[in-house]
Amino acid sequence: MYSDKVMDHFTNPRNVGELENPDGVGEVGNARCGDIMRIYLKVENDVIVDVKFKTFGCGAAIASSSMATELIKGKTIDEALLITNKAVTQALDGLPPVKLHCSVLAEEAIQKAINDYKEKQKNKLGA
Amino acid sequence: MLPYFNQDFGNPSSIHLYGRQARKAVDKARESTAKVLNAKFDEIFFTGGGTESDNWAIKGIAFANKNKGKHIITSSIEHHAVLYTCEYLEKMGFEVTYLPVDRYGMVDPQEVERAIRSDTILVSIMFANNEIGTIQPIKEIGAIAKSKDVYFHTDAVQAVGSVDIDVEDMNIDLLSLSGHKIYGPKGIGALYIRKGTKIVPLLHGGAQERNRRAGTENIPGIVGLGKAIELAHTNMEKNNKRLIGLRDRLINGIMNRIDHVLLNGHPNLRLPGNVNLSFEYIEGESLLLSLDMKGIAASSGSACTSGSLDPSHVLLAIGLSHEIAHGSLRITLGEDNTEEDVDYVLEVLPPIVQRLREMSPLFVQEKGGCQYV
Repeated sequence: MYSDKVMDHFTNPRNVGELENPDGVGEVGNARCGDIMRIYLKVENDVIVDVKFKTFGCGAAIASSSMATELIKGKTIDEALLITNKAVTQALDGLPPVKLHCSVLAEEAIQKAINDYKEKQKNKLGA
Repeated sequence: MLPYFNQDFGNPSSIHLYGRQARKAVDKARESTAKVLNAKFDEIFFTGGGTESDNWAIKGIAFANKNKGKHIITSSIEHHAVLYTCEYLEKMGFEVTYLPVDRYGMVDPQEVERAIRSDTILVSIMFANNEIGTIQPIKEIGAIAKSKDVYFHTDAVQAVGSVDIDVEDMNIDLLSLSGHKIYGPKGIGALYIRKGTKIVPLLHGGAQERNRRAGTENIPGIVGLGKAIELAHTNMEKNNKRLIGLRDRLINGIMNRIDHVLLNGHPNLRLPGNVNLSFEYIEGESLLLSLDMKGIAASSGSACTSGSLDPSHVLLAIGLSHEIAHGSLRITLGEDNTEEDVDYVLEVLPPIVQRLREMSPLFVQEKGGCQYV
């Protein structure tokens, strides 16, 4: 039911873990629905220099998180904001229809983490 | 069973020799099935499987007895073949009471008694649950239904071949069973109907099954079912003893090796091969995938394995939260499983659970003293 790419990212997920003093954190989903995704960002000069994730969820949720972190690593904030759930799905060679929401969660987690980063920057400048 | 696919192709409705041979084979299977249930030969009707048997029993009783009343009692943990049939009947104007279960998945016979009204026509309670394995107090419920003059149906698809069943002693009026749960073929089942029960057919057409179930008989399936039920019954005591040993070795082994694990279902009153556990902080489908890669076939009550948003209705009915239900794992042990198989699961499961927990944001929260969000 899953592509080889999905199975690869499920079995050997990239960038699992947390970052100490992250510049941005985004968490989406809830345990009631069976999916929680949390993404941590380290940003220097508006470039994402490091990214980690933690996910509670099915194989597709774990693979989508892993792929999403790979897609935004080394990208600028603006470039990362352009990553859609479609891009995540394509990079995974597709997801079963009932699992497409996992890629949507990944897109939302990236955006939430970047928004968090922007908020923190604003507060820093304001302070 | 095999010769009935290509050599003995007679239709049991035919008068000629080939037809008579087929009739004889069907009669033998009917005899075996009746014997296992302590039923009479002509109280057994072959069907296309457990789902058809459940549909026939419930709709057949409802439609035949609607002048007496329109109230049906069942439980909240029935198989969907029963639950959705009841929901359909509600749309047709019947009233259904869905009895709750306790934390082990057990129906309280006193609640059955309290729920029976003057217009109640049927009580349908499963013999043993397909997900958590809980075996119901069928004899007590049967006695209550009899005393109140209400028909009693039980879906025994999971119980046949694993539990002693006596339709006389247990006052069962209708009982559903299926072939493939007892190592028989798929697409074949049976419904036991006590003589004198007022019921209408589900399928109309030919005069097969004494005018009660139209359609040419699935001879290979019936022969296979008859043989399977006979074998299952003959070896039941020996198999159960062995399976219970393996089951408890697996349950205790997992609970000793892994923290934050809950046993779903009853510790003793459960099917001999049924193991159902919830692993906190992780989701069931990722657990299944990981086990599958190690050659272990299991299932889960997580919504993610079914494509629906809600986890198993059975796990929710025994009081689990959504998040705990999502982390459930069911392993069914069967005739071919050995102690080595159990030990292999005990060896590969702990690192899989550990890996998934390390990936889970919930696990960290717990270490920091937080609870589920």
